[in-house]
Amino acid sequence: MITNIEALNDIRQKAKRQMSLRLDHKQDLQKYDVLVCAGTGCISSESEKVREKLAKVIKEKNLEDRARVLRTGCFGFCKLGPIVVVYPDKTFYCQVSEKDVDKIVEQHLDGGQVVQEILYKSPVDDKIQETMDNITFFEHQRRIALKNCGIIDPEKIEEYIAVDGYFALAKVLNEYKPEEVIEIISASGLRGRGGAGFPTGTKWKFTYSVNSDQKYVVCNADEGDPGAFMDRSILEGDLEVAIEQARKYGLLGKNILGTNFNFDVELRLGAGAFVCGEETALLRSAVGKRGEPRPRPPFPAVSGLWDKPTLVNNVETFANVPKIILNSPEWYAALGTEKSKGTKVFALAGQINNTGLIEVPMGTTLRTIIYDVGGGIPGGKKFKAVQTGGPSGGCIPEQHLDTPIDYESLNSIGSMMGSGGMIVMDESNCMVDIAKFYVEFSQDESCGKCTPCRIGTRRMLELLRKITNGEGALEDLDELVELGQDIKEGSLCGLGQTAPNPVLSTLQYFKDEYIAHVKDKRCPAGVCEKLRRHRVIPEKCIACGLCAKACGVEAVQGEIKKPPYKILDEKCINCGACFEKCPVGAIERG
Amino acid sequence: MQLKEKPVYKEIDAVIEKYNKPGGLIRILQKVQDMYGYLSEDVQIYIADRLKLPISEVNGVVTFYSLFSTKPKGKYTIGVCLGTACYVKGANDILKKIKDELKINEDETTEDGLFTLRATRCIGACGLAPVITVGDDVHGRINPGEVPKILSKYREKDVDTNIKNKDKVSCFRVAEYIKE
Repeated sequence: MITNIEALNDIRQKAKRQMSLRLDHKQDLQKYDVLVCAGTGCISSESEKVREKLAKVIKEKNLEDRARVLRTGCFGFCKLGPIVVVYPDKTFYCQVSEKDVDKIVEQHLDGGQVVQEILYKSPVDDKIQETMDNITFFEHQRRIALKNCGIIDPEKIEEYIAVDGYFALAKVLNEYKPEEVIEIISASGLRGRGGAGFPTGTKWKFTYSVNSDQKYVVCNADEGDPGAFMDRSILEGDLEVAIEQARKYGLLGKNILGTNFNFDVELRLGAGAFVCGEETALLRSAVGKRGEPRPRPPFPAVSGLWDKPTLVNNVETFANVPKIILNSPEWYAALGTEKSKGTKVFALAGQINNTGLIEVPMGTTLRTIIYDVGGGIPGGKKFKAVQTGGPSGGCIPEQHLDTPIDYESLNSIGSMMGSGGMIVMDESNCMVDIAKFYVEFSQDESCGKCTPCRIGTRRMLELLRKITNGEGALEDLDELVELGQDIKEGSLCGLGQTAPNPVLSTLQYFKDEYIAHVKDKRCPAGVCEKLRRHRVIPEKCIACGLCAKACGVEAVQGEIKKPPYKILDEKCINCGACFEKCPVGAIERG
Repeated sequence: MQLKEKPVYKEIDAVIEKYNKPGGLIRILQKVQDMYGYLSEDVQIYIADRLKLPISEVNGVVTFYSLFSTKPKGKYTIGVCLGTACYVKGANDILKKIKDELKINEDETTEDGLFTLRATRCIGACGLAPVITVGDDVHGRINPGEVPKILSKYREKDVDTNIKNKDKVSCFRVAEYIKE
């Protein structure tokens, strides 16, 4: 049990000494901490097997007093998983497989020589970069919410205490009145990271000012945006374990740190519904009901969980709070733009070289994120759009890439911050198809309570299907705009109010693609099955004959070793079999 | 689709006893689904009865959330991630290929009871896009051409473990497989 700040400090000092390789980068000890990423991406590429084998081989070679193997949270560079980082040097090994383990142990941990083959190689200039600090991906980032990911073992509370965990709580309990804490958060300029960007301090003030015998704090971790994985990375490891450990130390429960402050945490699991990210829906889901939103007011600050005043904040919002308390509101407010302070975590994915989890100061431009942090578009393809805000956001074209991102700037170009999904699209993606994808999602996830969302998104989807099937007319485009505006104005909650954004933004910036679909009956990106044509590029064709073999309707003609082959439009059913089989990319669709 | 054996109900009772607190319905349903693979009508009725809730409320919750299933599943559930990152990397072509290979649609089970096909939301492994899951395994960065190879791996595994049933498998048998 920790009953005062001195006891907490003792644990910090002790744990810090044990983590000196990682925290102070002590180089002279001839010892190593080997950190294996246990983020979702790396686990999926079997990092656990790598970790087990590392531990096994280290044991076999009697190197246990020299090297420790530990699990840690997401490093962010998910594309290159499984990732293994060796401290104190921060040697960054990527795409490590079980067969690399012997070499890492023998050559590096025993012999002191870095294993060159599995180091990171920049896709831009093919240069090998040995340590984490040299990699461009990390250079433009500023980690506050994700600070401990990749450093501590999330399932050991002592390691969290070593990096000042619970000291913000101790400071608040010993030094401040509640009003002062709210004042600090307000002064920091922190805004809700769940998507809408409501000032956090103001929300706290509202909830504080309501009189009640009992109040609740809810951490919204119902992350349903497809293509986003920020919150789950902040909540790394097993939450049950973390809560249990905190209870054991008395950091949760009654009389925390010897004060009269009582607080405990209970986990409530969702069961898969996008709308439950909306706070009133979330609160219903948390009490075991259908997650349908309700009109506000009353706001949860007045009537929330079990009808008691409830503060609902997103995971990332809470993750910033201890750092603001420990550093100062001014320190936090110095980062970012005029109205959006601090940093934002994004899940960068799609057609981008460095897929991963990133955290950048507000005000960073989209271009920096995509080309510097993200390393640009793979395969020499051309950038087309970046989608922020998931199903609630919009598609942003090249002309707006120099926009410094914050809540207001993204709104002004027809998108929104959202929770932090950021998907990059290139010339091989059809924007009409993408709009259809998002509306399909919103339609499917619409809870059905209010009509504009339930029927409006359905009608929108029907129109988009008609267009992608080649049966659209120009009037349909006007109807989409009108319908979109109506759904935005008439829907009950954030899901419906933002669901038309992907359609409206693509109609604004990529209208030519829509027109190609309805007027020329053509899908320029070659995605919409009924509107694509296949063609052999004569200069690339090597006349291997694989395409003709793959074709089920004899629409490909030609003679082996006598290029080029030819596709007969009148016979072709556009199944794409030849396109998939061609070994040299000599068949184009569009 | 009748699950009549008593042990089944005893297991549900144990779950209810452990998790029955205000607002605990979703947790109970999750645990029961973990046991049987799906939530049959009988099971929903039983839970409603035990919790003294209207059947409509239990069924309302079951049908609202996408992680609950009211149909039995095959031995392996194939989840094709249709999160945005996977979608822009061609997940739809992979879904189509799997449908062609298995001759089933989404949310259907193959006749031999081996595979159930589901299109899932983002599983968070966007760095590996496009991703499919088969049972507990994750297959990342795949293209449609690799689908037959992946599926046959599980078919072979199935023959090895000698669970393959030559007859058409009834729904009930499928539920038993999952228990095993």
